[in-house]
Amino acid sequence: MRLPRDLTRRSFLRVSAGAAGGMLVSLHVDLPTFPSQRRQGPQAKTYPPDAFIHIRADGQIVITVNRVELGQAVATALPMILAEELDADWSQIVAELAPAADIYKDPVYGFQNTGGSATIANSFQQYRELGARTRAMLVATAADRWQVAPASCRTESSVVYGPGKNQSARYAELADDAAKMTVPDRVVLKDPSKFRLIGTSVRRLDSRVKCDGSQQFGLDLDLPGMLVAVVARPPLFGGRVKTVDDTETRKLAGVRDVFEIPLVNGSAVAVVADRFWTAKQGRDRLAIDWDLTGIERPDTAELWSRFAALAGTAGNVALNRGDEHALDQIPQARRIVAEYRLPYVAHTPMEPLNATIRFDGDRAEAWVGSQFPTYDQAAVAQVLGLKPEDVAFHIQFAGGGFGRRQSFDSNVPREAAAIAKRLRGIPVKLVWTREDDVRGGYYRPMFLHRAEVGIGPDGMPVAWKHVTVGQSYLVGTPFESFLVKNGVDFDTVGGITASRYAIPNLHVSAHHPQVSVPPAQWRSVGYTHTAFVLETLVDELATRAQADPIAYRLRLLQRDASRLRAALELLDRVSDWRRHLPPGHAAGIACVEYEGTAVALAVDLTLENRRSRVRRATVTVHCGVAVNPLSIESQFQGGLIFGMTQLFPKGAITLKDGRVEQRNFDGFVPPYMGDTPAAIDVHIVPSSERPTGCGEPPVPVISPAVVNALARLTGTRYRTLPLASF
Amino acid sequence: MTSYQLSVNGERREVSVDASTPLLWVLREELKMTGTKYGCGIGACGACTVHLGGVATRSCLVPVELVGDRPIVTIEAIGQGRVGRAVQDAWVEQDVVQCGYCQSGQIMSAVALLTANPVPTDINIEQSMGGNLCRCGTYVRIRAAIHRAAAQLRT
Repeated sequence: MRLPRDLTRRSFLRVSAGAAGGMLVSLHVDLPTFPSQRRQGPQAKTYPPDAFIHIRADGQIVITVNRVELGQAVATALPMILAEELDADWSQIVAELAPAADIYKDPVYGFQNTGGSATIANSFQQYRELGARTRAMLVATAADRWQVAPASCRTESSVVYGPGKNQSARYAELADDAAKMTVPDRVVLKDPSKFRLIGTSVRRLDSRVKCDGSQQFGLDLDLPGMLVAVVARPPLFGGRVKTVDDTETRKLAGVRDVFEIPLVNGSAVAVVADRFWTAKQGRDRLAIDWDLTGIERPDTAELWSRFAALAGTAGNVALNRGDEHALDQIPQARRIVAEYRLPYVAHTPMEPLNATIRFDGDRAEAWVGSQFPTYDQAAVAQVLGLKPEDVAFHIQFAGGGFGRRQSFDSNVPREAAAIAKRLRGIPVKLVWTREDDVRGGYYRPMFLHRAEVGIGPDGMPVAWKHVTVGQSYLVGTPFESFLVKNGVDFDTVGGITASRYAIPNLHVSAHHPQVSVPPAQWRSVGYTHTAFVLETLVDELATRAQADPIAYRLRLLQRDASRLRAALELLDRVSDWRRHLPPGHAAGIACVEYEGTAVALAVDLTLENRRSRVRRATVTVHCGVAVNPLSIESQFQGGLIFGMTQLFPKGAITLKDGRVEQRNFDGFVPPYMGDTPAAIDVHIVPSSERPTGCGEPPVPVISPAVVNALARLTGTRYRTLPLASF
Repeated sequence: MTSYQLSVNGERREVSVDASTPLLWVLREELKMTGTKYGCGIGACGACTVHLGGVATRSCLVPVELVGDRPIVTIEAIGQGRVGRAVQDAWVEQDVVQCGYCQSGQIMSAVALLTANPVPTDINIEQSMGGNLCRCGTYVRIRAAIHRAAAQLRT
């Protein structure tokens, strides 16, 4: 089994007695330095007393999760991985979310973040080692007591058993002494065949509290003396406050303050009140004169014209494989020229965006359901004139994220900090209403693709020229230096340049026009559009070649694409239903490899009264070791449905004369139960390879699979999303 | 500010708020019962669903002045009833939740459905649950959990 990185050489554990007894174990990682930090000189290493593991005297074991729980079940998976090596009693495990701190940074990336389906891929080894080292110390403690060799002891369910009869000790009894032990340099991790928890379907730890209303999310936070802020933002991105008349607002009982705050781009008016409803009413009564002179007024129709013109010219080269001119050798009759348009799409996590901050002059405290604590903490500190470490940053359970709680400019925490700065000593909760969220930007950017494909006599693509046009969210961020090369943001083309298809001559170029609408990552990032284009085109090629769409893809795969091959072969076996479809039904296929996880999907689509409906979906996944098959199943069922968002007629954000045309869930309408398949079967390829993530990989395949099925039903290849009727 | 007497989960509660304040914000901010969620404020997502006079109701659309003496039941107390408990148990058994933010509303809608119709078909479920949005896409498991709760309630 190949594991990602050997942490042992650059990490060590520190053990101490817990404040209330028991044993605290911290992993201290010598983090790789992040490029932007390198520019600012070496980072001072701090080793906070926070622990990854707390074995309490009552037997409970508290495991700290270095990611935010967004629904993806990290707060179950990471404890499982640690508990596996610790041989802990699962019924006594409690998960807690870590605050922002160096120690909780991603051990591979060097910043604290939840995204890119990286948790399991990057923290599998980390959490195993934490568990194994702690277990070794508990065993050594017991062995000392019994004067036996540690190797003669075994562990099970939070108990160490010695070789002699009646030699057993609970971890809780050993913890105080174990905390005085030296942390072993090296530990032997379990052979995967010995796993008792990993690979079994374990129900989420946070299920019950999310079913009885007791789970607290960021928006539910209630602190003594807390005020609530709602912000009136400009009608155009980049607008500024010219004058504000707050007379009517201030007449409302409960309104505490009204003032202008800076935005990342432009300015806005904050209304602070003792209740949300008062603050919102207060905002409705403001009379603001906005300065909109010279501000860009993006308009969807105009943007498409601009993008289409750009697509007719070569962009910055992302990939030039084989012969750039190979296409010229292919007769017109064996070419497909296609232009694709995919709109801005909002994330709309169910919990509206929010951040709570209290500024105490020389320090501050923040409560945010953040996907990017390292940057959000630094942004809050910058606004308040503090050092990042002077901002105690508490990560909250989040009601969905999908990339929206990870903006590179930390716009939401920045607004909250600007408000808290004025109201020193008072905790203030900034709430974005749903309207603020739908109209507030940070969308999956709109993309136009132009592809020209030359087909060989055998029906396989031999030459492929691809131009993408769309905003980059990385330009101007600290990530630019290593993710933007030759003017190409590789997040926007990765689904094509890193595709597992063996296309001998492949030329990919990209344009990144500047638009004032702030863009953001949307679950599975560039693959939300690149995989759509690639997988619908490959399907079209399969149809032209009169080949089975799975067989055609298998033929086109690179030789070493073993995971995707396995996923497609499994799909072929488990989607036998596609060979027995009644009239009026059609099957659509798509596949993708995303961050190492391979996915293949078949959908059964019907068309009734011009309305299509996915009846069922069968999906296969190869993600290496399947840490928790139950949550992988949930992620795939849910991720496919999330990915359907951009298919529905109202699944787009559009702009007219600079203004967002949608307002709430009446204008931007994500899929409801009645829009989604009643059955989604998930099949996992058995594997002991290193595990990779499952949060994002389901998303890219659903849109192309549906559109490929539609093509089979209607004969039309839809190249524009959202679909006019779905 | 006006004073209102409300019956919440079987208890008399008095609040003093502006008459226009939606029941949702009375529950969340005055009574500190945050299990009922704000999702859209226009009745389009169902996250704020409570039972008002026994009817599943979007609490974001009901100004407190229109509540009257109708009893209010929220997610915090729904598990005290037989149907509520069965639904919550089924949700846990089926591992329904992901982020969990919409699930209070989903469960309140499911309890209303099963109270009115102990043996719902897939179409009944789609109709009753059709206004409860879940961005994590837990719909497949919600369906299964409703069938499971229905079966458990028949025993």
